[in-house]
Amino acid sequence: MTSLEAIGLSKRFGERVAVRDVSFSLGRGEVLAIIGPNGAGKTTLLSMLAGGLEPTAGELRLPTLGGVGWVPQQTAVYTKLSVAENLRLFARLERIADADAAVERMLEQTGLRARAADEVGRLSGGNRQRVNIAIGLISEPAVLLLDEPSAALDPRQRARLWDFINDRVSAGTSVAFATHDIAEAERYAGQILVLADGELLFAGSPAGLGAAEHESDLERAFVAFLTERGH
Amino acid sequence: MIALRALLGKDLRILRRSPALVALLIVYPVAIAVLIGLALSSSPARPRVAFLNEIPPSQAIVQLGSEQIDTTRYEHELFQAIQPVPVGSVAQAVADVRDGSTIAALIIPPQLPEELASAAQTAYVQVIYNGNAINQSLVQTAIESKLAQANALLAAQLSHVADSYIDLLLSGGALHFLGNTYDVLGLVRARTALAAIEASLPPSSPLRRRIARVENFAQIAVTHFSGSKRVIGAVAAPIAVRQRVVSGRRTPLNDYAVAVAVAVSLMFVCILLASGMLALEREENTLGRLRRGLVSAGLLLSEKTILAAVLGVAVSFAMLCGIGLFVPLGWSRAALWLLAMGGGGLAFAALGVAIGALVHEVRAASLLALLVSLPLVFLALVPSASVSAGLYDAIRVISAIFPFKAALEALDAAINQSQPSLAIALAHLAALIAGFAALSRIALRP
Repeated sequence: MTSLEAIGLSKRFGERVAVRDVSFSLGRGEVLAIIGPNGAGKTTLLSMLAGGLEPTAGELRLPTLGGVGWVPQQTAVYTKLSVAENLRLFARLERIADADAAVERMLEQTGLRARAADEVGRLSGGNRQRVNIAIGLISEPAVLLLDEPSAALDPRQRARLWDFINDRVSAGTSVAFATHDIAEAERYAGQILVLADGELLFAGSPAGLGAAEHESDLERAFVAFLTERGH
Repeated sequence: MIALRALLGKDLRILRRSPALVALLIVYPVAIAVLIGLALSSSPARPRVAFLNEIPPSQAIVQLGSEQIDTTRYEHELFQAIQPVPVGSVAQAVADVRDGSTIAALIIPPQLPEELASAAQTAYVQVIYNGNAINQSLVQTAIESKLAQANALLAAQLSHVADSYIDLLLSGGALHFLGNTYDVLGLVRARTALAAIEASLPPSSPLRRRIARVENFAQIAVTHFSGSKRVIGAVAAPIAVRQRVVSGRRTPLNDYAVAVAVAVSLMFVCILLASGMLALEREENTLGRLRRGLVSAGLLLSEKTILAAVLGVAVSFAMLCGIGLFVPLGWSRAALWLLAMGGGGLAFAALGVAIGALVHEVRAASLLALLVSLPLVFLALVPSASVSAGLYDAIRVISAIFPFKAALEALDAAINQSQPSLAIALAHLAALIAGFAALSRIALRP
């Protein structure tokens, strides 16, 4: 069952084409990694999928139930508010009928109950990122979009984060994430998109990219793939 | 409505957790109200001026004809405008001014009574200045205004003396001069005497024609000398002022100062809060999250504008109430004050939101808000007669596209019933709110 489908998505900023004619689909409970060099258009593509940017061309089919949750690269939370206050605010803005129950559920799932009353500005980077993700998940979206979710985390925090995301995936949530960490993409994603200069160069499994380059190491295969195509 | 309430609650909670800001919002109106109240209700301080009167006490009274002029009377007049610091010599007066213990020195030279008594030459006093341009201007104005008053009084007395001499010439009488008393015949009595002599002469006497000419001269002199008394009176005070205000109600300076103080406070609170709150959304990276379909740009901008305006009005109203403890205000017009403050507050907040939409950091927004708003205050207060017509037109255009001038006019109309009317000023503010709202929406586009 398809949760999200992009057909010929493009985005222009004036003369500059940030994303050109990108198509893919994401099934229920699937994990998709978007990889590519800096300026490839990963964040622009995710922003269009999240509804933060209007595509210049193309069609986007979003889930009819559950909607899309968005976790930006930098933590987008109010540092002067507590963890619970941040969750409650976004629960109300998402028009969730029982906002308090949603807050309790997310505190439980993120393991932040003990820090619920603490101002977010006083939390560690890892805990802030958990709040950031919890806000993206508070409406129980069918699709969760994450922009470099583990960029600022240490290995232990990163492992805990992925345990949490995988729990959601097991519950049927589809996940698409942008990353520079090829190992992370290989470990957690069933499908990868390779973008460069706004163009979709590859769509398939991580193993498929390795096989295309006759390379068992995905990072080497990725670099070779880009080099061959002049990136 | 749910989203608006949620955002308002969130921003109020964030403000409450910024103790420095809360303290500022409470302390600021109280401090400004007390300062302005004291400034408007207390009499101005008199500048310290070194004073040396070199006139010997025995010569303090000047004899001018039959009038006596007491120079110490003018001294007392002058002391109402300055705080005199008596000194013993010119050197000490100069030293006091030089070391800054006084900002000026006033020296009355010993020959002043003599010069006054001669009535033929101008009498001089000496003033020595120091300090900055504002201090100098203050002392100069104080001394010159008192000297102008003294000159007017002296001119009246001199006019009196001249009158008595003219009366003596016309009607005759006793003239006291150098210890002697002379009986002056006077032109009227001289003419009568000549008429009597002429009547006693034979009709054919050749003297009759010559006496008639002298008698005729006496008649002309009597007529014109009488008129010259009015001329001398006019010279003593050649121009007097009759005031009339032709457009609108005249606002007393103190009441206008209250309107300016309220407008400045309203402007700072609204612009800084609105720009800071919107810039904070960018700084915390939450703007993208909110704009992802959770909150429309219009709702977000309206929320910041309304909150900043409400807080600005509350602070300014508290300040106005504080000023009201020192200065009498027309409390029956309080509803109009709130209306004017509301219009001004919304316009300032709309400008603040536009600034916040253009920048990405709270500090940058605060700095830009100050850079934009401070010159507007000065421009709005430039009097039309103080600059060239072209420059004043340019200032009017700049003042018209920013809210300070319109807000000040609205507040002045509400507090002092001045012109232009409150309705016109509010319409101007409404146009500015619409303009800044459009600018903010453009700046918020992804």
